[in-house]
Amino acid sequence: MEGTKTRRKKRLDRSIKVRTEGIYALSSWSEIGYLMFPRALLIVGLLILPFFLDLYWQRVICQAGIYALLALAFDFLAEFVGLVCLGGALFVGAGGYISGLLNSTFGWHPLICIPMGTIGGAVFSTVVLIPALRLRGIYFAIVSFMLPLFAVYIIIALSIFGGTEGISALDTLPNTWVEIYLILSVVLIALFLVRRLVNEDMGLILRGVKENDQAVKASGISITNYRIRAVFIAALLGSFGGAYLSHLYGWLGISLFSMDFSILPIAAAVMGGLGSLAGPVLGALILTPLSEALRGFGQLRVVVYSVILIAFIVYKPEGIMSWLQRKYQQFEHWEEV
Amino acid sequence: MENNGPFLSLKGVSKAFGGVQAVLDVSFDLYKGEILGVIGPNGSGKTTLVNLTSGFIRPDRGTVSFKGKNITGQPPHKIANMGLTRTFQVMRPYHSLAAFKNLIVPLNSPRVKRTRGGRLGDLDAVAIDILEDIGFERDARVPYKPAGSLPLGYLKRLELGRCIALQPEVVLCDEIFSGLSMSEISSLLPLMERLQMEGVTLVMVEHRLRELFRLADRVMVMNFGEKIADGPPAEVMEDPEVRRAYMGRETS
Repeated sequence: MEGTKTRRKKRLDRSIKVRTEGIYALSSWSEIGYLMFPRALLIVGLLILPFFLDLYWQRVICQAGIYALLALAFDFLAEFVGLVCLGGALFVGAGGYISGLLNSTFGWHPLICIPMGTIGGAVFSTVVLIPALRLRGIYFAIVSFMLPLFAVYIIIALSIFGGTEGISALDTLPNTWVEIYLILSVVLIALFLVRRLVNEDMGLILRGVKENDQAVKASGISITNYRIRAVFIAALLGSFGGAYLSHLYGWLGISLFSMDFSILPIAAAVMGGLGSLAGPVLGALILTPLSEALRGFGQLRVVVYSVILIAFIVYKPEGIMSWLQRKYQQFEHWEEV
Repeated sequence: MENNGPFLSLKGVSKAFGGVQAVLDVSFDLYKGEILGVIGPNGSGKTTLVNLTSGFIRPDRGTVSFKGKNITGQPPHKIANMGLTRTFQVMRPYHSLAAFKNLIVPLNSPRVKRTRGGRLGDLDAVAIDILEDIGFERDARVPYKPAGSLPLGYLKRLELGRCIALQPEVVLCDEIFSGLSMSEISSLLPLMERLQMEGVTLVMVEHRLRELFRLADRVMVMNFGEKIADGPPAEVMEDPEVRRAYMGRETS
């Protein structure tokens, strides 16, 4: 039978990858370099990026940082705790309102209000999500998606916190450099800490809750207790984003509870690669500027945006991160069968 | 402090799922250090009994008491922290974690923290020691393999290891022998005997009668959610009702 030769892709781990993993000791600079290079590239790349951007794009990166924190929080909860949380808007809104209100009421400096908004927003979000923690899967997702809507309607109906107008003229951060490096360093630190956390004892227990909650219960551990801690950690990330956002624009209003904060991070997480933690951060840093660049398309922006997403889901469901990882760690070549 | 009453005691426990009476008015006493076998045809309520005792299901009626305390309606993690834990019929380890990392979960329970006096030390080493002790070959690096990749025999051991890590006083084993080969079972039997010698009280829900009867001090038979016999293995198997229920009607 002629012409029926088929090809398949053969993948082999690079030897340096094998030498640098598991129990083997690092024995040369090239091995250390191999491990450090991708990490260093992300860190250094992010830190020098602002120098090449004008004011407008620097602002975009600030926003991308907020979405990166939310995508990280989403990935952490979905892949390491088993909670699909669509409550990004709740975290942002709670953090933003608390920080902004503290600033407008007491006139405290943003650098004091932001940490307080972060913790206050996380406590608030966690407390309102606790009743939903008994629910599983889609039910938790629905409840977490509804809560920001409740918040918006309560604010409008009661005309509190500035009602639909919001409160403007909040203090902003000293200058653009503080703005941009604050968010970038928080993103990098959060990524580092969450990656550490999922391999600590607490992270192992959370992964246990995701994979078999019955066995965790039989091991004498309260799963509700651990879920609460996990939601609090995720909410800290989102609430920092919110608190930061209200001082970035010097304004707070109901758009802090906007659905974008719940939906866009999911898209970023899918694009970056679920379960990789760094992937969703990368996804957000690509997707947010992309969505900004597509502004020229007007209403068509959403279409272009959706097509990109669908293309990712269909052709690269593994996400950018695992694709990059594969290219970095393995040889690939076509082999005739 | 040693009381002479039963260690674990169920009184008139019933549970219905919709119209199905899964467990009806079951009572039994378990004494410290005993091995109690629970047998019965499929659907006779054995697993439900395990769920009721370990707190995974709340009984409709009746009381469960453990070490003289009423634990009816307590959540499973509280009961586990008192020293009563269980294995599951379907093996679902934390598959993405290395086998020994599976034991980090029980090693972080309040019970273990309490007994170790807050000095936790290197939990990984403790976990690997436990696994090695129950037959994981350290040289073959089995404890380091992802739990999801282990064969069934190891998964059953891992499930027991998870219980042992909790330093339990009672372990309810839900069909720990099912799906294993004869040789795998005979390598598990000494482990169960050793647990008993170490003072762990065992309840073993089983279908494998021959192996169970080698271990059990006492056997309880269930049929349609009711307890129909309770006594030493040989005696119970002579009971005509048991023979009818469990092994089919005798031909004349």
